[in-house]
Amino acid sequence: MSKIVAIKIGLASCGIAAGGEAVLAELKKATDLPVIEVGCIGHCYAEPLVEACLDDGSSVIYGNVKATEKDIQNILSLAEEGRFEIPAARKAKELVKVLALAGKISPVDFDDYTANGGYEGLKKARMMKPEEVIEEIKLSGLRGRGGGGFPTGMKWGFLAAKPGFDKTVICNADEGDPGAFMDRSLMESVPHQVLEGMLIAAYATGASRLIIYCRAEYPMAIKHLKIAIEQINAHKINCFDDRTIEISIKEGAGAFVCGEETALIASLEGQRGMPRFRPPFPTDSGYQGKPTMINNVETFGNVPIILREGGKNFASVGSEGGRGTKLFALAGDLKYPGLVEVPMGTTLREIVFEIGGADPDHVKAVQTGGPSGGCIPVEMFDTPVDYDSLRSLGAIMGSGGMIVIGNDRCMVETARYFLDFTHRESCGKCTFCRVGTTRMFEILERIVAGKGCEADLDTLEDLGKKIKAGSLCGLGQTAPNPVLATLRYYRHEYLEHVNENKCRAMQCNALVDIYINKDNCVKCKMCLRSCPVNAISDDFVVDPAVCTRCNSCLDSCPKKTIIRVAKGEAK
Amino acid sequence: MKTEFDFLKSIAPEPGNLIKGLQLIQATEGYISEDGIRAAAEYFGRPEADVEGVVSFYAQFKRVKPGKFQISVCDGTACHLKGAPLVHEWLYQDLKLKPGETSPDGLFSLETVACLGCCSLAPVMSVNGRVYGKLERKTMMKILKEYADK
Repeated sequence: MSKIVAIKIGLASCGIAAGGEAVLAELKKATDLPVIEVGCIGHCYAEPLVEACLDDGSSVIYGNVKATEKDIQNILSLAEEGRFEIPAARKAKELVKVLALAGKISPVDFDDYTANGGYEGLKKARMMKPEEVIEEIKLSGLRGRGGGGFPTGMKWGFLAAKPGFDKTVICNADEGDPGAFMDRSLMESVPHQVLEGMLIAAYATGASRLIIYCRAEYPMAIKHLKIAIEQINAHKINCFDDRTIEISIKEGAGAFVCGEETALIASLEGQRGMPRFRPPFPTDSGYQGKPTMINNVETFGNVPIILREGGKNFASVGSEGGRGTKLFALAGDLKYPGLVEVPMGTTLREIVFEIGGADPDHVKAVQTGGPSGGCIPVEMFDTPVDYDSLRSLGAIMGSGGMIVIGNDRCMVETARYFLDFTHRESCGKCTFCRVGTTRMFEILERIVAGKGCEADLDTLEDLGKKIKAGSLCGLGQTAPNPVLATLRYYRHEYLEHVNENKCRAMQCNALVDIYINKDNCVKCKMCLRSCPVNAISDDFVVDPAVCTRCNSCLDSCPKKTIIRVAKGEAK
Repeated sequence: MKTEFDFLKSIAPEPGNLIKGLQLIQATEGYISEDGIRAAAEYFGRPEADVEGVVSFYAQFKRVKPGKFQISVCDGTACHLKGAPLVHEWLYQDLKLKPGETSPDGLFSLETVACLGCCSLAPVMSVNGRVYGKLERKTMMKILKEYADK
């Protein structure tokens, strides 16, 4: 019988949100074994996760662990109950490279990282000439993981071509897309890997300053990065033969547009984060007027792997439209939300159904690229996911957020939601983006309220095209995408809203009533008690004039006999 | 500069540090007051209007004094689909709180945030930075009541 030698507990943000800290406290009380706090292994749906490492090198993982004596004893006695197995379909499709160490090592333990191949990429790079490193990156075919997809090696080449060492490399960690958490997870779980990638970039491009621009909403990522930077300084890994690299973190202050390069630089300089016209490109004149290069977190996370295994090997994975693996944050209407890493070119069908475990009969579409992307209907799920294929469908791969949209979600409401976000986040510089997105949002508000007309749809399309053409930066150029894509694939839903006052998903409150089916009703009065506005009468009839459609009664009903129906049909 | 803002001296007074300085002020005061704007302008050598411009640009900065417990309701894509609007509705019904407001007793203030990065636990809110997931009306009110009783 094997013995437990150590216990690992996943305590990234998601683990903590699921109650991991309480489990940790109980574990520490119950055992003297070393309890190691690790990052995220990507299976968010089963958090908190606890891994019992055995003396024969294998391990047993327990999922959905509660801070109860029973659950803790299950782990310590290696009971069968509560064990967590990675779903077989996911195991078959996944290729874990960038996330290989995430959730396996302590994020803040320097020795743990180096013992697992950490900083070997940097060591290797420093034995090469800087231009050879850039050649290797070019060979790997790595493209920017933030969504733009610009060839990374080429970008590095631009900065390296500038004379002197007074250059800055910035890591864009302002992951602002709602629904994306790849970068957070990487920084929380393996901060050293991101920093190693940045140090390699500094070596190759001749930069002497590294800045991480991280959103303030990620306190744990910032904490782990700060610890890692101190360790780097202490071990003098940032001391090259001819210069010492200065590494710092700057916290963003909550502006989606700051993901755009020039806006990010303005924000770093303490200004309003507004984009400016390019050229000059940041590699010519960026941070404080000096040559500057910006890459995304995940891009840097790939770099040590390229150096370790060679550009050619790296490029053997993936498809024409993109090399290597890509992280995706899966969320929405599916069984296994979480973080996955798959080779580029994996189809949506494989990601959403096989890995995500979504019910094929229940899925309507998937939204990729967050508010800059578009929805892709289920009929097109055989599309491979890479930079180029999704663009042809009117969506983008983006940074990797993937929201699965079920049949019971209204596409008009979904589009309205994204425009609500972008119209507020527009910085206001370009008229088309500032005024145009607001007008689009107002029209969509009208449609979901049942007050739209058919001409509104043409106005939306017309505005969308003009905003795309008349905006300076990526925010405005992509903001209309969610509306244009839904209009393209789900025009019938828009038409039902404006012509028939109908929302087939029963989601738009203005077009819906609540109906209590008395056939199955057991008269338990749970609905009466749960209703916050007393809209339900003693004989179980909902007064539509009082009801706020808050769904409290639906949730409270033990017989699930209360439903949302089209307006006026609650009879 | 008023002495209560002496903590600014922990960072260099270069213009690029303005956002960091404002974050310090907010961390100390809980929001950015008129005095805070004046202090930042003086310390970083920028016009007050300029500082106000930066403050109004970024969603993080607040000009209204927040409650003792700050509720942030995530309205990221996943949370929105999974019921963030309902969470707001419940908060309005039970606490009469709307985003951007502070309750009259000064206990709770409410804001909407774009994404807390815990999409798989949607819908999510955080109270003073602590994240709570898979919200339902009852559990949420229980959590808030525990805070109120503190």
